[in-house]
Amino acid sequence: MTEIREMAAADLFDVAIIGGGVVGCAVARRFTLEGARTVLLERAPDILAGASKGNSALLHTGFDAPTGSLELACVRDGYAEYREICGRLGLSVLETGAAVVAWTDAEVAKLEGIVAQAHANGVDEVRAIDADELLAREPALSPAAKAAVLVPGEHVIDPWSTPLAYIRQAVENGAVLLRNAGVTAAGFDGAHWRLATTAGEVRAAAVVNCAGLWGDRVATLLLGQSAYAIHPRKGQFVVFDKAAAGLLRTTILPVPTERTKGVVVARTIYGNVLVGPTAEEQDDRERATTDSETLHQLIGQAGRIVPGLADMPVTAVYAGLRPATERKEYRIASDPDRRVIDVGGIRSTGLTAALGIARHVHGLYQAFGTAHRPIADPVWPVVPNLAEHRPRDWEAEGSGEIVCHCELVTGREIAAALTGPVPAGDWGGLKRRTRAGMGRCQGFYCTARLARLTEGRLAEPLAVGPAHHGP
Amino acid sequence: MAPERIDLAVIGGGPAGLAAAIAARAAGVERVVVLEREAEAGGIPRHCGHPPFGWAEFRRILTGPTYARRIAARASASGVDIRCNHTVVQLGPAGELACRNAEGAVTLAAKRVVLATGARETPRSALLATGDRPLGVLNTGALQSLVYLEGLVPFRRPVIVGTELVSYSAILTARRAGIRPVAMIDAGPGPIARWPCAVFPRLLGIPVHYGAEVADIRGRPRVEAVDVRCGDGSRHTLACDGVLFTGGFVPAAELVRQSPLALDPLAGGPVVDQYGRCTDPAYFAAGNLLRPVETAGWSYREGTAVGRLAALDLQGRLPAPDAECTLEIAAGDGLKYALPQRIVLPWRGADGLPGLQLRVRRAITGLLTILAGNRQLYQRRVSVRPERRLIVPLDGLDLPDRAGRLQVGFQG
Ligand SMILES: Cc1cc2nc3c(=O)[nH]c(=O)nc-3n(C[C@H](O)[C@H](O)[C@H](O)COP(=O)(O)OP(=O)(O)OC[C@H]3O[C@@H](n4cnc5c(N)ncnc54)[C@H](O)[C@@H]3O)c2cc1C
Ligand SMILES: Cc1cc2nc3c(=O)[nH]c(=O)nc-3n(C[C@H](O)[C@H](O)[C@H](O)COP(=O)(O)OP(=O)(O)OC[C@H]3O[C@@H](n4cnc5c(N)ncnc54)[C@H](O)[C@@H]3O)c2cc1C
Repeated sequence: MTEIREMAAADLFDVAIIGGGVVGCAVARRFTLEGARTVLLERAPDILAGASKGNSALLHTGFDAPTGSLELACVRDGYAEYREICGRLGLSVLETGAAVVAWTDAEVAKLEGIVAQAHANGVDEVRAIDADELLAREPALSPAAKAAVLVPGEHVIDPWSTPLAYIRQAVENGAVLLRNAGVTAAGFDGAHWRLATTAGEVRAAAVVNCAGLWGDRVATLLLGQSAYAIHPRKGQFVVFDKAAAGLLRTTILPVPTERTKGVVVARTIYGNVLVGPTAEEQDDRERATTDSETLHQLIGQAGRIVPGLADMPVTAVYAGLRPATERKEYRIASDPDRRVIDVGGIRSTGLTAALGIARHVHGLYQAFGTAHRPIADPVWPVVPNLAEHRPRDWEAEGSGEIVCHCELVTGREIAAALTGPVPAGDWGGLKRRTRAGMGRCQGFYCTARLARLTEGRLAEPLAVGPAHHGP
Repeated sequence: MAPERIDLAVIGGGPAGLAAAIAARAAGVERVVVLEREAEAGGIPRHCGHPPFGWAEFRRILTGPTYARRIAARASASGVDIRCNHTVVQLGPAGELACRNAEGAVTLAAKRVVLATGARETPRSALLATGDRPLGVLNTGALQSLVYLEGLVPFRRPVIVGTELVSYSAILTARRAGIRPVAMIDAGPGPIARWPCAVFPRLLGIPVHYGAEVADIRGRPRVEAVDVRCGDGSRHTLACDGVLFTGGFVPAAELVRQSPLALDPLAGGPVVDQYGRCTDPAYFAAGNLLRPVETAGWSYREGTAVGRLAALDLQGRLPAPDAECTLEIAAGDGLKYALPQRIVLPWRGADGLPGLQLRVRRAITGLLTILAGNRQLYQRRVSVRPERRLIVPLDGLDLPDRAGRLQVGFQG
């Protein structure tokens, strides 16, 4: 690590990207593939420390995005590129499709508009279906459903392996990832940026701000002011037992309101079913707490949508914070004089749009006038598969010990996640890379073994020390 | 590859599974295999480093790990083939088991199977607890395996939530490991497990708060504090570095849930008849998979009984299950569950499990009644608390001779 730090300090990068969320990881990948000498600075011990660690994991088609918006363009481009590259990176798609379900007459009245908007957005295969077709497709759905709009291309992906694959492709093609490197001050001398970070100084000819939930703060560091203010909007989720996966094929979306896409019931790529997210405004950018009352409400809501979920065991609960601003749209702006691109307010579609945003940002960068030669034959790393519908490591011959029984995580998957070009930096990072500890028992059976296997490897250890044998 | 054929497969090498395997061998079953996913057999007692285990089985008071080794050794000595690092991943029809071990996938075709996968505690997530999700929030099982299997501790000053028996065993573990709990709290009005346990935290100087629940867990990356809400609505902050959620046992029934076997939503385990037989008659079940939760000694005895019954069944000596002559048992008012969930007629005396096992949700005094339609088969005034098991012997009862329902519950 110190070696990298020294090198980073001595080097002048073409571009420094601040923030290792899904957007920063995708931007780092794009700049690296385009031949720029790239560094990504993340203040946390691992990537995905902000908005990107807790989302609904839907690969959006853009059917409901504002027509003509930059968001729509990035979602469409991101979707297309994801489908094109995912196989080569070891990523996959759980092809669920989605149905926007109307439960009241007022909602039924809105369906036509949803179809029209989808078509205007170029998502042509979207169509209205009646209750019979919906219930034939989803027999476990509550028969109270009145009608729906079917969005055949709206699918489910792996929200954690995806950014990991992006940053790994960047790093394995020469980018530098600095973690525990929070940017604390920045100065521009007319040609170069000097970024003071908690891991030392980094110099770069251009800066991209992908700080997500802290975007306005970092914009202020760079430019003296921010064009927007981040107002975190929390979304809580409940994840049901894998036994629930058989209840549902299609993602069930609500008819959206002005403010939010609303609560969905969806399968996850890991074989569970989730319900969420809520939309709760808050000031705190760090605390994404869950609360008992809301979780109970979500379970109630899930049970009204799919009655079989009403007494399904709960596996996990989580919450994520959307980096919302005072406006709905993405806040992407370029300052060619100071060679800064600000990528702010990537609120609720960033997982899908990241690759599209990265292309758009690179386009803005080209206007700065610096040209690089794209890497002719880039390395395509393959990330470990965590998707339940594809073969997992435990099924492979000779895959050895199982450490986490609920998620069937092998010892060698743990070992691999702790080494390699982008090893897990903390316990959350290890969970997101392997699923260890994320199953039904939540560590009842595997914590001890994991504490031993991860000793000295994570920023904050699972065990605080040895047991002092007392009386 | 053709599946390996065996007579009896036991899934889970805890007290119940090992006992079932030993009993089946003793009853003359040839090929008995225990499939255990851990590197060692023994189950939960492997990491309960405290006594008392083993009185019924060995006439000695042992610690959990010693007990676990002794029962595993006894099984091996009686010719049981214990296969560790074998995870059963799916239950197929008629005893076909999909497993995996370190080398790869294996399929076993067993004439009979005993399910004995035990029980675990409810984690913080499923309790829908409020707060951050930092390091240091665990169940007792994780704490005990850290301390006794790895010699490590996850915190030094935790808040302990719950007052079941296992909560006191957590205190013993904490004491052994140099952990000093800052408080013990329980949402109920008094301890669930009573004297002598309940005096024990006080003796160790640990404050106990009843009618108190966790209102918020705070800290990043580790627990820094817990807010506790008391019955009178007041809120108090306890500085601590961990939260131990104890008890709230649930059967480890995931294999059952994902199989065609019927699951009893009340007990949380598979539906069984008085022979411990599931709704697919190739499958039997024993131990804490059947319900939350009994002691190791109880699980061992139950395993012994069910192992013997499975052996009898292999010899064609159990009555075949038949929907036409099955009594369904419905646990009603005041009851948490009733076990077994069905009785196959004719009732042949205490051949099978020792009667109806019942538990209540909360302390209750009333007339425990068994009805077949309008006919009352049993009534007795009982006063019972949730931690106590009630056994109603079925032997003396004048059971109906045709299919139907037995309604069990409290009146008055
Ligand atoms: C509840 C919810 C549901 C969602 N559902 C979906 C969905 O189904 N599909 C979809 O496509 N999208 C979804 N999203 C949106 C998506 O998750 C976000 O758009 C995306 O995660 C935003 O990523 P980001 O990289 O911009 O920000 P972040 O993930 O917040 O990343 C910013 C990073 O910058 C780091 N950082 C901050 N300050 C500094 C500093 N000074 N120096 C260095 N590093 C710094 C942070 O630690 C963090 O890691 C959802 C979001 C939420 C919250
Ligand atoms: C934290 C905790 C503390 C306890 N403390 C005590 C105590 O102090 N005294 C006491 O009497 N009782 C205690 N108990 C109760 C305990 O459940 C019983 O003592 C006893 O262990 C029950 O035996 P069992 O065989 O039913 O299950 P277990 O002992 O749980 O054994 C089940 C076995 O099945 C294996 N298994 C599970 N799934 C699979 C699979 N798919 N494939 C292969 N193998 C599998 C497991 O690895 C395990 O070894 C405690 C329970 C817990 C959870």
